[in-house]
Amino acid sequence: MLDVATAYNRYKFLGEEFLTWLWYVIENNQNLIKNFDQNFVGLEIGDRIVFENRRKESIERITIKGEEAGLEEGILALKNGALVTELNMIYRSAELVWQFTLKGESLNISSLNIPKTDLPDSDEDIEGFVLEKLFLYDKSLQLVKNLFTHFVKLRISNKWQNKEVFIIRKWIQSS
Amino acid sequence: MVLTPLGIDYLIFNYLQIMSIWSSKVSITQYHVQGKIDSPVIEIITSGLDNNTITEIDQQVSDRAVGWTSVDKPFQPDFSGSSFVFGNYFVFSLRIDKKNIAAKILKKHYTIEAARRMSESGRDYLSKTEKQQIKDHVLNKLSLRIPATPNIYDIVWNYEESSLWFFSNLKAANEELETLFSKSFNLSIIRIFPYTAADMSSNLLDSQRDELQKISPTLFIK
Repeated sequence: MLDVATAYNRYKFLGEEFLTWLWYVIENNQNLIKNFDQNFVGLEIGDRIVFENRRKESIERITIKGEEAGLEEGILALKNGALVTELNMIYRSAELVWQFTLKGESLNISSLNIPKTDLPDSDEDIEGFVLEKLFLYDKSLQLVKNLFTHFVKLRISNKWQNKEVFIIRKWIQSS
Repeated sequence: MVLTPLGIDYLIFNYLQIMSIWSSKVSITQYHVQGKIDSPVIEIITSGLDNNTITEIDQQVSDRAVGWTSVDKPFQPDFSGSSFVFGNYFVFSLRIDKKNIAAKILKKHYTIEAARRMSESGRDYLSKTEKQQIKDHVLNKLSLRIPATPNIYDIVWNYEESSLWFFSNLKAANEELETLFSKSFNLSIIRIFPYTAADMSSNLLDSQRDELQKISPTLFIK
């Protein structure tokens, strides 16, 4: 394995390509996500998406905020060669809702809101309360892990250049 | 039993308020824990936690302390009775205490002390060494009087899965975690980011790992 610091910098693009691909999946292929959660209802863009374009001389960063924000500017950024570097998502499974931001270069999670749970009635219920909370955290992290693992296998396969990139390009150009 | 307005036992309510992992919005940095501990696991982990528990530095000269603490009682850490064990998880916290002395306060006290020393010695100058001694003296005196600000970061360690969640994305806090964890349990933790997440995935074949080393950025535009 590479030295950790070297690997972090060298493979930043992997996380950002993952988020860009994920945006495409969210818009066009929600069925894929059902493979990872039998109670899956939906995954949608939340209230923040950040793009960076490092292809230019100076790094250009565009942030789209707000629940009703139009994503046209985001598509324009992609057309100009930017990638998604941060993505806020709303994840629905059965009756439950999570919302969180995922940063591409680090896969760090921030602003994670998990579904509300009932407070314990007594000391004896505290362990159950704690375990329920941990289960809910785990569910969102497992979704990200499964999506990323699927993406990585696709990314290192021939299918990426031969098919997936072509489909994503077409989506960007036609949006 | 004293009840809050919500009808919840007051002690339980306080317990919940303190634990930041139950906050409405959290950040998580994920780690892979490398290696396992020889049996008896719980006893060894308890020992690691006990031996590296945060020490109080209020009314001490130290301006900084780093150590483990209980997630439910961060100011009275107690790891006895497997209190940090919840099902398959170990839940505890990293506490980093710092004393913040404003530069202007330091300058004020330094100026006063320097003037006093010159007056006593009958000189109107101080050597470089004397200036440093005065600065150290003033810092120590102020550190004794200023309480430390505690910063608490929760940790969830799934021992069987070799995974760890650290409830902060702050670089400095993560570095302290990595250092203290290694010292306490003789185990390394590897931060999960795209490359490590891919490389350590159990779902990748060796041939796929080799391909991973070769990839370069994609152009999504022509």
